[in-house]
Parts: sequence; structure tokens; C-alpha cells
Amino acid sequence: MIDSSLAALSDHLFTISVVLYSLAVVAFCAELAFGNRTARARSGELVGAGAPGTPPVSTGDELPAESPRARRLGVVAMGLTVVGLVSHAGVLVARGLAANRLPWGNMYEFGTAVVLVAVVAYTVLALRAPVLRHIGAFVLGPVVLAMVLIGLFLYASAGPLVAALRSWWLGVHVTTAILGFGIFFVSGIASVLYLLRSRYEQKVAAGTAGSSSFLERLPSAAALDRTAHRTAVFGFPIWTFAVIAGAIWAESAWGRFWGWDPKETWAFIAWVVYAAYLHARTTSGWRGRPSAWVNVVGLTVMVFNLLYVNMVSTGLHSYAGVS
Amino acid sequence: MTTTAPPRATAPATPPSPTSAGRRVLNRLLRWWRQLTAMRTALILLFLLALAAIPGSLLPQRSLSQNNVNKYFTDHATLAPWLDRLYLFDVFSSPWFAAIYLLLFISLIGCVVPRAIEHGRALFAPPPPAPRHLHRLPENTELPTALAGPATLDVIEEELRVRRFRVVRREGRSGPELSAEKGYLRETGNVLFHLSLLALLLGLAGGKMWGYEGSILVTEGQGFCNSFQQYDTYSAGPLVASGDLAPLCVDLDDFKAQYEQNLTASSYTADISYQLGGADAVDTTIGVNHPLRIDGDRVYVTGHGYSPEFSITRTDGTTFTDLSAPFLPADPSTMASQGVLKVPDLGAGATDQLAIEGFFAPTGVLQGGVLTSVDPRPLDPQVAVVVYTGYLGLDSGLPQSVYSLDQTQIDRGLLTEAGRANLAAGESMTLADGTVVTFSGYKEFAAMQLSHDPGQLWVLGAAMAVLVGLLGMLLVRRERVFARVGPAPDGGGTVLSIGSLTRGSADTGPRFSALADQVRTALADRVDRSSAPDATAPSAHGPAPEKEIPPS
Ligand code: HEM
Repeated sequence: MIDSSLAALSDHLFTISVVLYSLAVVAFCAELAFGNRTARARSGELVGAGAPGTPPVSTGDELPAESPRARRLGVVAMGLTVVGLVSHAGVLVARGLAANRLPWGNMYEFGTAVVLVAVVAYTVLALRAPVLRHIGAFVLGPVVLAMVLIGLFLYASAGPLVAALRSWWLGVHVTTAILGFGIFFVSGIASVLYLLRSRYEQKVAAGTAGSSSFLERLPSAAALDRTAHRTAVFGFPIWTFAVIAGAIWAESAWGRFWGWDPKETWAFIAWVVYAAYLHARTTSGWRGRPSAWVNVVGLTVMVFNLLYVNMVSTGLHSYAGVS
Repeated sequence: MTTTAPPRATAPATPPSPTSAGRRVLNRLLRWWRQLTAMRTALILLFLLALAAIPGSLLPQRSLSQNNVNKYFTDHATLAPWLDRLYLFDVFSSPWFAAIYLLLFISLIGCVVPRAIEHGRALFAPPPPAPRHLHRLPENTELPTALAGPATLDVIEEELRVRRFRVVRREGRSGPELSAEKGYLRETGNVLFHLSLLALLLGLAGGKMWGYEGSILVTEGQGFCNSFQQYDTYSAGPLVASGDLAPLCVDLDDFKAQYEQNLTASSYTADISYQLGGADAVDTTIGVNHPLRIDGDRVYVTGHGYSPEFSITRTDGTTFTDLSAPFLPADPSTMASQGVLKVPDLGAGATDQLAIEGFFAPTGVLQGGVLTSVDPRPLDPQVAVVVYTGYLGLDSGLPQSVYSLDQTQIDRGLLTEAGRANLAAGESMTLADGTVVTFSGYKEFAAMQLSHDPGQLWVLGAAMAVLVGLLGMLLVRRERVFARVGPAPDGGGTVLSIGSLTRGSADTGPRFSALADQVRTALADRVDRSSAPDATAPSAHGPAPEKEIPPS
């Protein structure tokens, strides 16, 4: 039985979350802009003081002191993010209650949950290490984009599950897959930002950096790289477990624990790419930028697996409602 | 987390003696081996493995659907044979895919086995000697104290032991020193993880060699026994002999599919009775996510459909009842199904054969004379059939699908149309020769699959070990702390140098300074105690160090 008022509430909350996150992106961008003004002024001073050799970029994890106005904007942005998060969680709770099941039975719900995990992961990181708050615009920007696309193209109304999805292992497998994916999402973004920021730091060291850049306000390349790696290290065992749980479920639902169904194949590819990322970090010649690229490839594979494999190719993995 | 490469032995310098041809070959082989087991090679092989899996998901695979492969062959008549030559329709059993993962696993063996042995030794050996220059370690500090050298090392040793470090003291070249290590489980996890990957591969291979799988459509009231002759399709590993198959027979008594209001299937259940060897039949119910598991064999319901039932009355009064054949669902949402019922032994003559080919709709609606199905449930079963009589060609020696007629028999005029009609349950049609065909009803059939995979439990165990090893490797910090004492440069007292090296943690700084602070306090405490006239007087420097150890 579908409770239609709860289902409608869930849909409204989805819209509200998108609006809140969008406002948060605006606030984060404003924070970067205002922060920039002070930073630029200061670097101007430095150059004026005749110290061309010393780069005005902090290589540590702390950012140069912020103007109070920028900090206020940052706090507002974080607040909007957290409120958006509550509403976002409400989307899934209301869905689950409406359909009386775990709220990840189709691609719309799966995608929404992945994005939720990504925002939670970002929020936890930003609260634990305030420097990381400054990547907010770059996490929530893609989040808003993803949610708009999910809402437009993957939307499926609340409904019951197809028979094969009614298993205790659904809870275990899909929940861990969502967790892993959401965490890899943040990790991938950190690596993208690392790639941008490390290029910028090279330019600064060479004295050829542009006069103003939002990159100045990002955490240091080292901090971004560390964030990317730690989140991937956190996500990898979860993903490994998700794959194992999926195999256990497939064994009882489809008659074999592994059959190279397209979805399984891409889960395997993603797993191998993340294993390669963790190795690349400890392999000489691959540290730094090359390994960051591997992490970006990993995220691409995850997104491809969600979109292409579910929507274009046919396999046993059925998510009702997307046609 | 880690940024240091794992220690690798550097190549031993080639001996200066004149090299014989044999030695040169050996050296070349050694160099290849070293290259193969280098981390960089492993990395490349990992990428190759990921890349190689891609065509397996983009092109149809025989292991998944022979039909899709056939369709690809008709759609791309020139390209397909070329792709086939490259094993692109059997990617996961292709030699090149195997080559990549075998190389990877050889590299893994070459990399991990020495590491495992080394780690096994390290587990029982004291921590390694302190490096010469402690100030070159990532974390390091120097603490001056008035205590004598050995007493100073006593203090830090106590601090480290409280933190559950394994500690050893040595007389180093530049004074008394101390090495401490903890977090051995990290390396244990690493070794366990990589070795479990090997075990997992062995389990997979064993399953492929000794496993088999057969599928069959079973209509209610019928059954099958576990033998390759009976299955519609089967696949078996190269080491399976047909005598190895478990003597299992299964009968399908009843099948039920349940639907939600929006007509998604909510559950399938099959009431079956099975017999193992000569034992008594056992009744049980299986369904989606609930296979029958006995003795290493599993029986699944993988799908379902309808078998329309017909009866045929010939002009001489002979009647055949309960004739049915599975019709394959063409559209799972409405269960509109297609198939053919072949009746080869209608009369004595070889050409006294009949076939009913057509379309079954569990809930039929006639629109302009065309039958369609609107509901997967059997609310109003109807068929649209064409009846052929003549010679079916079943014994011609050429294999025929049981789900369709051999079109060439029709083209050659051996099989001719004798009538066509849309029938609801209970309705009949009369053929030109007076034979009456009645659509008497339907039964459900279940697509059943029997699987046998002796490697399965092994693979599960290995996968669990992979996970446990991974958690150990990624969550445990391996810390090494080294300390050395020397005389202070100004002559008064001792300088304690401490350095530490951590693998597997980002924020080593705070932990190290916490340790250093603790040691500093303890040193000061000890100095006070030894200099105070009353050694039992409470220390002015706060509580004993042991009591304020932060959780590590
Ligand atoms: C089958 C493919 C393999 C997979 C899936 C795999 C996976 C992993 C993972 C996830 C890590 C953890 C990285 C970290 O500590 O952050 C790791 C570490 C390691 N792997 Fe592999 N590995 C594979 C093959 C190999 C091979 C062939 C070698 C040897 C050449 C190797 C050598 C190592 C070493 C030495 C470490 C430790 C690095 C460290 O302690 O930081 N691995 N492996």
C-alpha cells in the first residue's frame, strides 16, 4: 500500500533540498569571493613589499585569516547545507514510510541516497577540519547538478519492489553500495580540486600564477590529496563489502554468486581502479597527480555504472520505474 | 596515509667475474622476475584488468545470453566473426583475460610471499635498530634532562610500554638507544589480504572446473532428474563426469506468482517434492531468494510462464487430453507468451502429426480480431493458434527448438496449415479433416535451474578473509619510535632524541607531540623525585604519567 500523502511530502522535500543546497552554493561562492578580496590585497602588499621570491600561498593546512564577512558567509553556507541535509534525509524517510520498505528500490531513490551520503561525508569533513569547508561550493555544486538530473530523468513514483529485490541482502548490499559511492564521490571531488590546486601551486612557485584565483582560497594541495586518500581508504572496504554482499545475494536470487552481468562487471572494474589508486599512492612515479587521476577515473567509472549500465545496457539488475 | 614505497631489495651487484652464457640468462630471468614483481608492474596489470573487463560489458556475452550473441551476428554480419576471433563474446573465459589475471597473480605471489616471510620473521624479532639520524625521521624532537642516560631511556621505555609498544634497548654506535614498534597487525592484514585474493582465485577456478549448471522448464505436475540429457541447456566444467551428478529428482507440484496492485510480481513460490538417491520424497517450497539447498546442490526458480493445455479428438473418436507445452513469455509485464505444442504420435503414420503454434494471453482482449494480453494474471486465458498437420521432422536428425516450428518443413510443404482460431478456455475448433482441437485451460510452468559449485564456500571464506585483511591493513597504524641518549653539548646532563615513523595515519603530529609531552613530564617528575629529600613526597608536577595517558 502506498501512502500518497507521504509520497507527496517526499517529493516536496526533494525540491526544498535542491533549493537549500543551491542557496548554500551561492553562499559558498560568496565566501570564496570575499575571501579572495582580502587575500588578493595581501598578496599585493607582499609583492609591493618587494618579496617576489616568497609565494603568498600558505603551504600548511591553515588558510590565511579570513575577513569576518567571509567567515559569516561560510557559517551561513554550512547552516544551509545542514538544513538541506535534514530535508534531504526526509525525502528518503518519507519515501520509505510511504512504500513501507527501505527507500532504495529504484534508481531515483538510489541516486538520491548516494548524493545524501556525499553531503553527509562533506559535512563531517568540514566540521572536523574547518579548512575543508572551503571546498563546499565544489561539492554542493555537483550535488545540486546531480539532484536536478536525478529529479528530471530518474524520477520514479513510490512503488513496491520487484520480487528479486525483496531480500534481507537488499538492505545490506544496496546500503553499503550507497555508502561507498557517496564517499567515493567526495573523494573524487577532492582529487579534482587537488589537480587544480597543485597546478596552481606550481605556477605560484614559478611566479606565473594569475593575479586572482578562487584556487587561492582552497585548502593546500597536500591537504586535498590527503582528504582524497583518506576518504577513498574509508570507502574501499565498504565498497568491497558491498560487492561481496551483492555476490551473496546473487547466489540466492539468480543461482550464481558471480556471472559477469554488466553491473557486476562495472562494480569489479571500479573495485580494481580503486585498488589501483591505493597502490598508485605508494608507487614511486605515481604519487601526486597521476594517482589523483586514477581516483578521478574511479569516480567516472562509478557514475558510468549508475547511468549507462542501468539505463542503456540490459542485465539482471532491475530497478523498477525507469524505462 | 603512506607515502613511502615498500622496502624492496635493490638488485645485488653482478659479480665482476666473467659472465658465462648460463649466468647471463639467469640474470636476464632474474631481472624479468624483479620487474614482474615490482609494484609498478602490478599497477599496470591492474589497469589492464579493468580495461579488459570493459568489452565484456559492452558486447553480448555467450555466458549471459546466446540469443543476444546470435542477434549480434545477424545485425553485424561482417564484424561479428572478427570480434569472435578475438574472443570478444567470451571475454571472461578468453586467453588474454586469463593472461592478465594470471600475470597479476604471479606478480602478487612474487611480491607478497617474500613480504609474508619477512613479516613472519619480524613478528618474532625485536624492532629494527634505530636509524643513525633521528632528526631525519618525519617526527622528531630532543629533550634535555638532568637524568643519566640509562634512567632517561627507562622513562621513555615505560611510556612506550604503557602504550603497548614492543620495546628493545641496544648499545648503539653512538650511545645507548631504544627501538619500539607497534601495529604489527597492519602488515599481517596486508599479507592476509593479498594471500586471500590468491585463495579466492583458486576457489573460483575450482568451481569452474568441477561445477555445473542445468536449466529446464517444468510444467506443474511434471518433474526432472539431474542428468545432462534432461536439461534444456546446461554447462559443465571440464572435470565434471556425468556420473558425478547428484542423483536428485525434483517434481513441481504447484506454482504461484503473486502480484502487487500495479502488477509488479511480488513473489514466486514453487511447491516441489524432491528425492535424493533412493530416499523418500520430501515436500518443500522454494521461491525467489529461497532456493533449495542440499548437499552442495542448489535448485532455483528463475522464472515462470504458462503452458496452455489442449485436447484433441480425432474423427475415429480417439481423444488425447492434457497436452501442454511451455509457451515462453514475450512480454514479462503482461505475460503474453508464444510457443508451440508438437504432437508427433497422433496416429500410426509418420505424417499423422500435428502442431499447435500460437500466442497465449493470460488475460486476453480481442481488438479487431487481434488477441493481446493486458494482465500477467490468468484472469481470462485465451489463445490465438494456427494448427498444422503433416510431418514435423523431429526425427530428421537435425536439432529443433521445442519452442518453435521448423520453418523449412512448412516451406517444403511437409507441414500444412489446417486451421486457425482465437479460443477462450473451453472453446474448440474443428479442422478440415474433422479433428476437434479444444483449448482446455492452462498450467503454470517454472524455469528451474540446478547449480553445483564446489568452490562456492571456499570463495566466500576467502572473500571474508580479504575483507578482514583489508580492515587490518587500512585501520591499524604501524608506529615505530626510536630514541637515543647522548651527553648534552654544554656538559650538564643528557639529551634524549626521539624520532618516529608512522604508516597508516595522517595526523601523526599531534600523537607524537602528546608522547613527547608525556615523556617530558615524566622526566621532570623523575628528576624531582630523585632530587627531593623525601622521595615519597607528592610531586609538584602533577599526577604520575601513567594516569594521564590519552587514549591511543
Ligand atoms: C590483485 C590485485 C591487487 C589488489 C586488489 C591489491 C589491493 C591492495 C590494497 C587495497 C592495498 C592497500 C593500500 C594502502 O595501504 O593504502 C594494497 C597494498 C599493497 N599492495 Fe596490493 N593489491 C593487489 C596486487 C598487488 C601486487 C601484485 C603487489 C606486488 C607487486 C601488491 C603489493 C602491495 C603492497 C606492497 C602494498 C602495501 C602498500 C603499503 O603498505 O602502503 N599488491 N594492495
